[in-house]
Formats: sequence, C-alpha cells, structure tokens
Amino acid sequence: MAELKNPASILTLIVIGLCAVVPFLAPALGEPFYVIVFARIMIWAIAAVSLNLIMGYGGMISFGHAVYLGIGGYTIGILAFHGITSAWIQWPVAIGACAFISLIFGAISLRTRGVYFIMITLALAQMIFFLSVSAERYGSDDGLNILTRSDFGLSFFDLNDKLTMYYTIFAVLLASVFISWKLIHSRFGVVMRAAKSNDTRVQAVGVSTYRYRLIAFVIAGVMCGIAGLLQANFERFVSPDMMNWPRSGELIFMVVLGGMSTIFGPVTGAFVFLMLSEILSTWTIHWHIIFGPFLVLVVLFARGGIHGLLTPRASRDE
Amino acid sequence: MLEVRGIEASYGASQVLFGMDLTVGAGEVATLLGRNGMGKTTTVRAIMGMLQPHGGRIMFDGVGIHGLPSHKVAQAGIGLVPEGRQIFPNLSVRENLVATARPRRGASRDMGAESWTFDKVIDLFPGLSPRLESAGNQLSGGEQQMLAVGRALMTNPQLLILDEATEGLAPLVRTEIWSCLADLKTARQSILVIDKNVAALTKIADRHHIVEKGRVVWTGTSDELRADGELQARYLGV
Repeated sequence: MAELKNPASILTLIVIGLCAVVPFLAPALGEPFYVIVFARIMIWAIAAVSLNLIMGYGGMISFGHAVYLGIGGYTIGILAFHGITSAWIQWPVAIGACAFISLIFGAISLRTRGVYFIMITLALAQMIFFLSVSAERYGSDDGLNILTRSDFGLSFFDLNDKLTMYYTIFAVLLASVFISWKLIHSRFGVVMRAAKSNDTRVQAVGVSTYRYRLIAFVIAGVMCGIAGLLQANFERFVSPDMMNWPRSGELIFMVVLGGMSTIFGPVTGAFVFLMLSEILSTWTIHWHIIFGPFLVLVVLFARGGIHGLLTPRASRDE
Repeated sequence: MLEVRGIEASYGASQVLFGMDLTVGAGEVATLLGRNGMGKTTTVRAIMGMLQPHGGRIMFDGVGIHGLPSHKVAQAGIGLVPEGRQIFPNLSVRENLVATARPRRGASRDMGAESWTFDKVIDLFPGLSPRLESAGNQLSGGEQQMLAVGRALMTNPQLLILDEATEGLAPLVRTEIWSCLADLKTARQSILVIDKNVAALTKIADRHHIVEKGRVVWTGTSDELRADGELQARYLGV
C-alpha cells in the first residue's frame, strides 16, 4: 500500500474520484458530454490495466492486445444480432471466448521472445481483425449496431439506465485495479516480476515460467475482453477498428505514459492520453502535430511515465 | 547422488568440456577447482540443463537428468547459487526468498530431513533480517550472496551448487559464507562448491576435483590436496 502515499497515486486517486462524481458534476457545469468521455476513459483504462499486467510486470509487449476488446465487443454484438440479449449468456460467452482465444494466442506467442513476440501477437491479432472485416453478415468495415444492451433481467440493474451503465464501468475499473494489485503482490505476481528480470534464473530454481506467463496472458486477455463487452454495451456499436493495430499501439502508449509496472499508472495514462487528445482536438484539427511530439518527449524524458516523474525514486517498483 | 560421466559440451563450434567426470555423494561437500576458462562454470551449466551436453551422461539420485530443461533439473532437487549471484533486482529480499520456494521432496523428505523455511534461512543469515523489504539491487555484494544462497536453500535442494561462492566479497563476508557452508555440511547438506580459495575449501570439503582444459585431471581428499604443493602450483597457480 506504499503506492498510495506518493504524489502519483494521489493524482490517480483524484482521477478516480473525478470518475466517481462526473455523472453529477458534468451536467451541473453544463458539460454533460464529459460523462461519455469519462466512461470511454474508464473502459480504456481497464484495457490498459490488463495490458500492464503482462507488459509492465511480465515484460510481454503484446502489440495485439486490443484484439480482446474486439472479441469481447463482437461476442456481445453477434449474440445480440441473433436475438440473444441475456447478459447471463452474453457475458460468460464473451469472457469464455476471450479466455479461449488468449489461451491459443498465448500458447503460440509465448514460445517466442522480444521482437518476435511483438510481431507474432500483432500478426495473430490482425488475423482476427481481417476476419471481422470480411464478416459481411456482421457489418464488415462498417461495424455492427447493437439494438439492445445486455439484459440482466433485474429491475434494479438495467444497463439502459445511464447511471447504471456508467457506474458498472466504474465498478469494473476499480475491480480490475484491485485484482491487478492482489495478483502482483501474490506469489504468482512475484514469480512474474522475477521472470521479467531474469527468466533463465527463475527456471534454474525450478519454476516453469511459461505456465505463469500463459496464465497471466489469459487473465489479461479476459480483463481486456470485459472492457470490450462494456464498450459494446456503452456505445451499442462494434467495429473492426476497435481491434485494429493502432488501438493496440494506443494501449501500449497509455501504459508507458502513465507508468509501466505501477498499479495506477495505466489509469493515469488512459486519462491523460484521452483527455489530451479530446482537448487538443477542440483547439485545432491538426492536433496530432502537438500530440505526437508530446508523446515522444514523454518517452525520451519521463522513462517511468507520469508515475515515474511523481514518485520518489526509493518507492518505485523498479 | 550426482554422477557426471564423460560429458562433452560446446558453445557453438568451440568445445569446452572434453569428457568431464564428477561425483558428489550424499551429505558430501565436493569442490571443482581450476584456473579461469577451464570449464567449471560450463560443467555447472550442463548439470543444470542450461547448456545441453552432446556427449556423456548426468545422473542424479540414479535418474538421468541430461537433456532436461533447467526447471526440471531444479525440481529434481538441485539448487544453484550462480556466479555473480543473479538475485532478482526488482524484488524485495523477502520476495526473492519466497518467489521460488519449494517444499522438500523425494528421498530426503522421507528420511525426515528438516525443510528450509523462510525463518530458518533468516536464522542462518541474520544480516538479511533488517533488509527484508529492501530491493535486491540495494544490497551489498555480501548480502546479495547470502540472499542467493538463501534463495537456493528455500527450494530445499538435495544438492546445493555454488558457482564462485565468494568471488568479489570482502574477507569478513567470505568468512561468513564459509562458516555457513560448514553449518550446512553439519546438517548433511550435499554441496558442490566452485571457488579459488583452496585454503578455505580444504577445511570443509571431503573431495576435490581439479579441472584442466575441460576434464578432471585429479581427484582426491583435502589432506591429499594440502600435501601436494606441486599439484596446487601446476593446476591452481597457488
């Protein structure tokens, strides 16, 4: 819990606190649009937290992580298209699909290291991307509209209610941060971090790191898939673009920007990345000219991301 | 316990081991001595499955372990304290110890041998106690070596291998490491040590192997090694 005592974590707690009050604060300030912005930020933050599990703590730089956003989202969309709207069916199927695909992709890609791992995760993800592009029945390039949100059949829990939808996303974000924290501080997480620093050494003391990496890969895939199913429900729309490689690149950047190997870093990274692009895009249509160099500067001069800049050196994870 | 017979190993086209033979008995402390570049560390790498030998055989507790991946070799009951310590720099001392801990297994468990636990390791190295929450990379060389030994003991190995056990350590710390190895020997821990400190090794080891150009050229007891000054001068440069 030492992480909660430094300025970076205080910043994240402010961000999380802001997320908690935005549905009331934004309309009161005459900016209801920001409720939608914050919901999107939280969905991306969940995906970034999941990527940080494998990239930050396991050293696995997946360049295809956004594919699980797509798989989670498309499972909801396709089931809804076929008239299956019960959340009790949709959500387990989406989670199961993400677990299955990430297990297959992980089993293949984790046999490689370094740049080969990056390339193979990219290739596998693009395979699913092109599959979705070619699926004419489900909208191809144009995407798929979802007419009905997941139905839990509970009168007090209806995702069509804006507040319920928003706070469901918020609760999942908190849960994903908590699960990450628990995992990283469990023996499982300790082995993952040890393997990141010296995989050969971990194996030489009798631990098959492949199994640990694969389990982490599946957990991260499922967590990202949940972000995808939330996105599908929130937007009521899925498209191949949500799992295209630039989205995976953005996820990597959110993690790096916030601070790899930190529990709250990806949340801060997602918030700063999306808010900055949102604000800059209102100033000029050429906002990428400002945004691009900013990202380059962060990589060059803030090696530990925002959390690295704000965290005293002694209390950093690495 | 460990029997290495005629192993040959290479790094690419460069052969390093030319029929290496080595034996470590149960409860025995054996050494592997020799000048730099003679193949001591390569022998350890071959035993641990980190380098696949292309000839010979390695038996541990009567079972062939050559060709096994390193995690299987370690699971069979061999613990390694590698050259250069190689502790996990991003983990705390406590995490380094518990990350890869494993209960005692096999014959030694059946014989009622006492398991190494976190508390027992800290008792062995009390110097680590105030540093439990420090990151591995914040420790001194001596503390890192103690941690590396402790980490290996936490896997409850039947055989402990120390590669360059006291290299680069201050004299006081070296004394502590030798004293620790003596305690382990009293507890009937089988140990294979690689080091250059012949004087210290002859006090605790039962059997010595001198390696020259990838094979063992002499095997004998501490008394025999101490008595043969010419042997020490020729192969160990002492």
